[in-house]
Amino acid sequence: MSHDHDHDHHHHHHPDPHDPAVRVEAIESLLVEAGLVDSARVDALIEKYEHDLGPLNGAQVVAKAWTDREYRTRLLADGTAAIAELGFGGAQGERMVVVENTDQVHNLVVCTLCSCYPWPVLGLPPSWYKSPEYRARAVREPNVVLSEFGTELDDHVEVRVWDSSAEVRYLVLPQQPPGTEDLNETDLVDLVSRDSMIGVRLAGAL
Amino acid sequence: MTHSAKTHRPLPAEGAAAPPRINGELVFDAPWQSRAFGVAAALAESGLISWADFQAALISQVGEADTSSADTGSPDGYWTCWLEALGSVTASAGVVADQDWAERSAVFANRPAGHDHSH
Repeated sequence: MSHDHDHDHHHHHHPDPHDPAVRVEAIESLLVEAGLVDSARVDALIEKYEHDLGPLNGAQVVAKAWTDREYRTRLLADGTAAIAELGFGGAQGERMVVVENTDQVHNLVVCTLCSCYPWPVLGLPPSWYKSPEYRARAVREPNVVLSEFGTELDDHVEVRVWDSSAEVRYLVLPQQPPGTEDLNETDLVDLVSRDSMIGVRLAGAL
Repeated sequence: MTHSAKTHRPLPAEGAAAPPRINGELVFDAPWQSRAFGVAAALAESGLISWADFQAALISQVGEADTSSADTGSPDGYWTCWLEALGSVTASAGVVADQDWAERSAVFANRPAGHDHSH
């Protein structure tokens, strides 16, 4: 382009054809015309992922594992099947591996290639999870990353970093916070944050 | 140590007080971003594209953006990669030709101001 951009008017009257808002409208219209996409179904899927799926599902998995020893055993043996018991699964969450935090081991999940993430249990990924900084540093200096999230571990705790991929999605089973043994499963759900299931924070931590 | 419920979790996705975002943060910061997501999800659901193929295309787009120092950590940068991955897999599947996509984009970009999107 040889002429100067006029920022006040450019977008109001003639948006750039490379503007992603224009591009996405264009591709959707082509797919709708070809009978391959139903816009109402697109609406429904956005709604589903924005409102129906979320960390609440993962939190229910964790709370059940805290209160039901047999479920915990099944969850660690076959995450996919145990999560499906609660009705969660589907696209992008088919193969789930659950890794357990203990007094000796703390687990941290990253996707170094892009942003593979267990959507059916954790919803859509937070923006920092997709950042190049997190993707690189979670592997290179996990303890520094953890401390930046306010997570300080004892020196003897081994940090294991799990690299999610298109094939395997990891979910961290955080440790149950001390002093919460008397809470029921429903109350325990509220202690399980998304971040604790990625492994950047502890359960019960803000 | 006290653990008051619902200190760090927004309300569940039910009822009048349900927040607009279950994660407590906006995952889409513009409507086109959720559109790009929804179209890909619809194509995957109907089997026209596979999530695995889409994932591979997304990895490629994110990788290119990373090397060109684009900000893939921002919603805008990330969903732009997502949109281009969508174009890439639909082109590979022979569903949407790149040229058709560009032409339609140009048509939409040149609509008169004040046109109405809704039908």
